[in-house]
This record gives sequence, structure tokens and C-alpha cells, in this order.
Amino acid sequence: MTVRIHVDMDKCQHYGQCCFEADDVFQLDDAGKLVYSTEADDSRREAVESAADVCPMQAITVE
Amino acid sequence: MGVVIVGAGLGGLRAAETLRAKGYTGAITIVGDEPHHPYNRPPLSKEALLGGVDVDGLLFRRRESLDDVEWILGNAAVASDLSARTVTLADGTVLPFDGLVIASGIRPRRLPIPGPKDGRTCLRTIEEARAVRDRLTPDARVLILGAGFIGCEAAATARKLGAEATVVALDEQPMIRPLGAELGAAMRRRHEDQGVHFHLGQSIEAFHGDDRVRSATLSDGTELPADIVIEAVGSVPNVEWLEGNGLDLSDGVLVDSAMQVSNEAGANVVAVGDVARHPDALFGPVARRIEHWNIPTETGRRAGATLAALLAGEEPDRGPFTAMPSFWSDQYDHKIQSFGLPGLATSTRVADGDVDGPCIVEYHDDRGLVGVVGVDRTQDLVPYRKEIAARADC
Repeated sequence: MTVRIHVDMDKCQHYGQCCFEADDVFQLDDAGKLVYSTEADDSRREAVESAADVCPMQAITVE
Repeated sequence: MGVVIVGAGLGGLRAAETLRAKGYTGAITIVGDEPHHPYNRPPLSKEALLGGVDVDGLLFRRRESLDDVEWILGNAAVASDLSARTVTLADGTVLPFDGLVIASGIRPRRLPIPGPKDGRTCLRTIEEARAVRDRLTPDARVLILGAGFIGCEAAATARKLGAEATVVALDEQPMIRPLGAELGAAMRRRHEDQGVHFHLGQSIEAFHGDDRVRSATLSDGTELPADIVIEAVGSVPNVEWLEGNGLDLSDGVLVDSAMQVSNEAGANVVAVGDVARHPDALFGPVARRIEHWNIPTETGRRAGATLAALLAGEEPDRGPFTAMPSFWSDQYDHKIQSFGLPGLATSTRVADGDVDGPCIVEYHDDRGLVGVVGVDRTQDLVPYRKEIAARADC
């Protein structure tokens, strides 16, 4: 099982709060833009769900 | 019976999710005074005000674990008896409970200013944002009372829509408490560059107009025309429904590090979010209400875990509560991000850059770094955040 992650980049404001919950999945690049993995191991599900919870723009969808 | 959560905002939602995640399988009833399921408020002064208010786009996702929750919306709690374990709602319904989550949040403070009331609004609810949006036409003259984040965001949005924006506030600089005087002054210059007018150190003596507000008189005698007045002058905790239970309600409801109320009768009672006055190990023993967006999630998770343990007959985790206050604000193309509590600082220092451009500002108290603010430097704040987080260890 893998966790599938989608970020609505129209909503995303690059605040980077998700990075503190799952820094292996979400990072800000040197220009401050969000980069993320579209898949993660199921063992990371809780961290990814938590990242979706703390997104101020509620831009992260987890499947 | 079961758990009653008073407040259908983010804190109540997170508490409910955590109760389920921690194994509580009993009934959950969530009571909200607004007619909506939990929704995200920060866009109401920004994106939603600019582009139109889409309720579905603002709603928080509701996890499957909450499918069996009973929602009582559009019905406020008006009284409670913690010894008898009941909550009374505005329509007379009496809800008994085994466990109670106080998540009733805050409401905007309203100032008793003489003159017409029509045309004066706050910007806390979907309905208020819609009403403001309808009046933010390109020729509208918008008078904003209050120079905090909501007031400044509303001013920026009004300018983006081509409306005139004037900010009146008692403070000497906008956002002075969370940003300090130097960065506040720099933000003021950014706003002025975009055409916002400021009348600082001023209050509004009276509004004028036959049917609705047409103008306002300031304390220095200035007369300002106004088609709409947006009021953002702080908040009042919604605690009236808790009176008579012996709780400390002096500023919100006082809780311990487990988010439990300090009262014998309130054995199974916890509080979350903006209404909860809680300790935070990062900032010493003093309990505070912290009205930052991430705090309802942090306190909701802790309170949900506490209540799940109490209802299972177990002792909850009473260790220190540590939450990093974070806030974000978008004004024009500038991104302000903060960690910690800059308002507690006794000194500030521009650590990098210039306050009129991208910059990082440090805020210190007697224990060291207590807060940091970055303007257009979000990606560089991580080490500062770590330094503030390390305060919990000393």
C-alpha cells in the first residue's frame, strides 16, 4: 500500500507548514516554492494526514 | 449520553477526530452556533473576499471516523451545569454528557460607537464575508477599524478590488503587537505604497448617516466618508454559557497542560482552541489564550486524547504541553510568516535583510529567542523555529 498525495497548487501559498509534519514528503526549495512526493509508504500515512490537517490553505488531498 | 462538543470550528473538529483515533467509540454530538460545518476562516479576509465566497471550498474535510457524529448546527449553547453534566441550547434542548469539549471560540469585539449600525460589519463568518464582498465595488470607500492582521488583510484586499481603503486604529503602527514597531512601520509603508490611508493613534467618535453609515468622525476631528465599515478590533471569548460552574473564566477558560478545566465538577471537561487559556512549555508557566490558526489543532489533539483516556477510566498524559504558535498573512504579494510569540519580546533585532524588503526579524526575551517573523523568507525560518522549540528543554 502506498499513500497518494495531491497538492492543489492553485490553493497552495507555500507556507511550508506541511514540511514540519512530513519533511520526507514535503519541502520548500531555495526559492521558497513547495515541492512534494506524490506517493509515500503507508508507514507515513499518519504524518501525511497530519500535514494535510495543518495546511492553512487546506490544499493537500490524501488517498 | 456520550461526548458533547460545544463549538463546530477547527478545535472541536480536531478534538472529535482525536477521540476516535484514540479509540473512543461512543456517541459524539457537535453543537455549532453557525449553520455550517467546520470551515476555514483565514481566507475570509483574503482569497474568499477577493474571488467570492465558496462555502464548499472553505469546509474542512471530514474524516470517515466522524460519519456517525450528530451535528446540531445553527443552535448555540446558552447554559451548562457541569455537576449535573448537561448543556442547554438556545432552542431549549438539554444535552446530557459523559464528557464535554469546550470549543466555543471567540467572537469579534464590538465597540459602542454612536450612530447608525447598518453598514458596520465584522469579518469572521461566511455571511459577513459575503456581505462585505457585495459592497467592495471599485468605487467603494472602505473604512477599516483596527490595524491588526484582519484589518490589514481586508485593506489589502479592498485595494486589490480597486476600492478606497482607510485604516483607523489606536495603535501607533499596524500589527504592532505581533510584529513590533519597526516591522509594523515597514508594513505600513508597504500599504501606503498601495494607496491605503492610515489614521493611527485615533478612535472613531461617531458614525453619521440617516439610514446607514455614510461617514465617521475621528477623535482628532477628522471627518471620513465611508460606504462600508469593517471592524476588526480584537475578540471576546465565548464563555457566558459556562458561568455558574465555578470555573476560572477571567480570559477564556483556564485549563491545565492536559487541556482539562481546573474544577472538581469538571472532571471530564476539556477546552480547546481560541477559548482555552492554556500553558505552553515554550513560554513558561503562565497560561495564555493564543489566537493563532494552528492552536485549535494542537490543543484539540491534546484535549481529545485527554478525554478519551478519562472516559476509558485511564489517567491522561499530564506532561508539559508544547505547541509552536504559527501565523501567516498575505498582504499584496508579501508573505508574512511567524513562529513563537513575538509579542512577549523585550527586544527585537533585524537578523537578515531590510525591513522594507525580504527580511527576518528576531524577537528576544530574557530566555533568548521567543519569536521570529519572516517577510518573503518562509524557507529560511526553519533554524529559528528550531531555536524557539528548544526553549521547551531548558
